[in-house]
Amino acid sequence: MTDQCKCCSFKETDPRWLELERILEPCRGDTGALIQALHKAQDLFGFVSPEVQEKVAEVLNVPLSEVYGVATFYSLFSLKPRGENKIGVCLGTACYVRGAAQVLAELEKQLNIKLNDTTQDGKFTLEITRCIGACGLAPVITINEDVYGRLQPDKIKEILDKY
Amino acid sequence: MGDNIKLTVDGQGVEVTKGTTVLQAAKVAGIEIPTLCFLEKINEIGACRVCMVQVQGWRGLQASCVLPVQEGMVIRTNTPEIRQARRVNIELILSNHPNNCLTCGRNTTCELQKLASDLHVNADAYKGEKSEWPLDLSNPSLIRDPNKCILCRRCVAVCHQVQSVGALSPVERGFGSVISPDANRQLAEAACAYCGQCAAVCPTGALAEVDNTEIVFKAIGDKKHVVVQVAPAVRVAIGEEFGLARGAISTGQMVTGLRMLGFSAVFDTDFAADLTILEEAHELIERVKWGGKLPLITSCSPGWVKFVEHFYPEFLPNLSSCKSPQQMLGALIKSYYATDVVKLPLEQIYSVSVMPCTAKKYEASRAEMGHGNVQDVDAVLTTRELARMFRIAGIDLARLPAGEFDMPLGMSTGAGVIFGASGGVMEAALRTAFEWIAGVPLEKLDLVAVRGLEGVKEAQIAIPNLGLVKVAVANGLGNARSLLERIKDKEVEYHFVEIMACPGGCLGGGGQPRSRYEDNVSTKQARLESIYKIDRELPLRRSHENPAVKKLYAEYLGSIGGEKAHHLLHTTYVARGRFPWRNK
Ligand code: SF4
Ligand code: SF4
Ligand code: SF4
Ligand code: FES
Repeated sequence: MTDQCKCCSFKETDPRWLELERILEPCRGDTGALIQALHKAQDLFGFVSPEVQEKVAEVLNVPLSEVYGVATFYSLFSLKPRGENKIGVCLGTACYVRGAAQVLAELEKQLNIKLNDTTQDGKFTLEITRCIGACGLAPVITINEDVYGRLQPDKIKEILDKY
Repeated sequence: MGDNIKLTVDGQGVEVTKGTTVLQAAKVAGIEIPTLCFLEKINEIGACRVCMVQVQGWRGLQASCVLPVQEGMVIRTNTPEIRQARRVNIELILSNHPNNCLTCGRNTTCELQKLASDLHVNADAYKGEKSEWPLDLSNPSLIRDPNKCILCRRCVAVCHQVQSVGALSPVERGFGSVISPDANRQLAEAACAYCGQCAAVCPTGALAEVDNTEIVFKAIGDKKHVVVQVAPAVRVAIGEEFGLARGAISTGQMVTGLRMLGFSAVFDTDFAADLTILEEAHELIERVKWGGKLPLITSCSPGWVKFVEHFYPEFLPNLSSCKSPQQMLGALIKSYYATDVVKLPLEQIYSVSVMPCTAKKYEASRAEMGHGNVQDVDAVLTTRELARMFRIAGIDLARLPAGEFDMPLGMSTGAGVIFGASGGVMEAALRTAFEWIAGVPLEKLDLVAVRGLEGVKEAQIAIPNLGLVKVAVANGLGNARSLLERIKDKEVEYHFVEIMACPGGCLGGGGQPRSRYEDNVSTKQARLESIYKIDRELPLRRSHENPAVKKLYAEYLGSIGGEKAHHLLHTTYVARGRFPWRNK
């Protein structure tokens, strides 16, 4: 079977594709290397696209259904390209009680996207984050490495404008 | 015996071999511990925790299906705590389950329903937030209803480990988790063989055959000339649905029942199996003589054919070009039978088949399996669906007198009937090939080396004037895969290979009556013995002796492997690849 994708030419033109093949080659036929392979692929592309999942399935000789199952099971794998800035909304108990849902709703409104999506211009990705241990500051969001606490929905626009 | 272990289950002493599970040990003591996710040797993942027991001195409850016995263990299987815990686990499943039993295809045969009843769950159990998934109605063989899925993963285990296809896997987690084909595709788009082994082990209504019973009732009601053919493996299994013993031979009753349903003619797929043998033995001899592609590999199992098309397209030239018996008979019904026997226009003929197989539904729908807009077979019923039709019509198979197939397409030999068991096509083909080439009768017709439920079987047979013919037989797609790999690596070499998609061959088909899984092997064994019994007791046991087949060639088809035979009885295949959506 050929590796050429018939629907687009991105594989030949994107040097990362050759790099992926180089990285995967030592794992050929190694069904136990799935998680590790997905990690490497994600480091390379920032996410695991359907084409990348198929490549991993083919080289490792793992059914695609399983590759996809593993990629969707672990939250650290992203199946869609992520934006330049990653916004994480904490929905832990403390944040939730102090209005994280309203903060999330406001973010969705401002960015015009739903949770787990990326804005058209590729600037922001909106995700849920695990409790970051700043419950005293609840409700909390993170943008990349920055933490914003004691948030009110009306402060969101101002914060987003910084990026 | 040094390897035996003694333990106590609910006060009874039991002695079992090392490595036995507590679940099995309890069975020895006459105690049936309920299970749900467990499938012996296939799905032993301890996921549902319905089988919990208490071990004296241990903390908490243990899943008995994955708990090996230890010397001196004291097990309790029935305490208030255990009963409560089991019930809670079922109630948790039910809280995200539709309350639809009365209209569900698995009503009265559902394992979840049985547990809910046995464990006496609370009516409130059905209250809860329900996931809502669309039905997968994408393909002619199987329906997926993820709303009824309890995530036991039996289907996943069978598809990956037994069939080595791996079309199904769980995706996402928690409340959003679902079993899904090839990265959230519909089954029709995935690299699935349609073998139906997943549906055969599903404890609930989440995976089932596409039901054609109403379509067939309608065709009969429309006063068409509706003919039906029945595959060999059906007659040794359908009795189970009517309380007959496993493996009961109910050929005659089944024929009577089909007539009572209103079919105009009842034909035997075994007739076409004899025909297949003549065409395929001819093909084998030609390939061996003239250096054609070897090994020749059988093509009568549509799940196997689809598997090769997806995963081993390089073997497509090895496949016999013969259509399967279902399709050969279908093609004859829409040609020879229509013009020369009943003399009716094609629009008035409706061709139904009863098969042990879900992939047969798909096979009948393939573009290659007809001419113009006339398909060889119009509707395929599985054994389970035929039983359903009998029940709808109030027909109790067990109490019917025996009837006879209609002629000429109901005449068959013992070689035709053994198609229903793994190794049967091989044995039947060799009976004919031997006598054709050697020009002398084959002394011993029983080729026992290729019989039985074993996954891969091999044999050699010396044929005078040809030489030593090496053959292999595999059943179950996982076994097929390993055999193909060995052929690819040139570790082994054969002239002729028979492959059936389902474990045991058609008698273990995905459309057969479901048996309790622990009885699965003995159920298959019983069906197998009956198939060979039918063969043994028939006066004619070689396909080339079938008088109706001989007459068909003389009066209609012309020569074996000739032009007309090719046009009607042979077919072609398609390389689909592992990622079939790329072909679009
Ligand atoms: S799957 Fe079982 S429990 Fe669920 S609706 Fe069907 S019969 Fe009832
Ligand atoms: S029909 Fe066969 S190949 Fe397809 S999902 Fe079910 S078990 Fe797997
Ligand atoms: S589809 Fe059936 S066998 Fe598969 S996980 Fe769901 S309930 Fe179990
Ligand atoms: S049957 Fe033992 S855990 Fe499911």
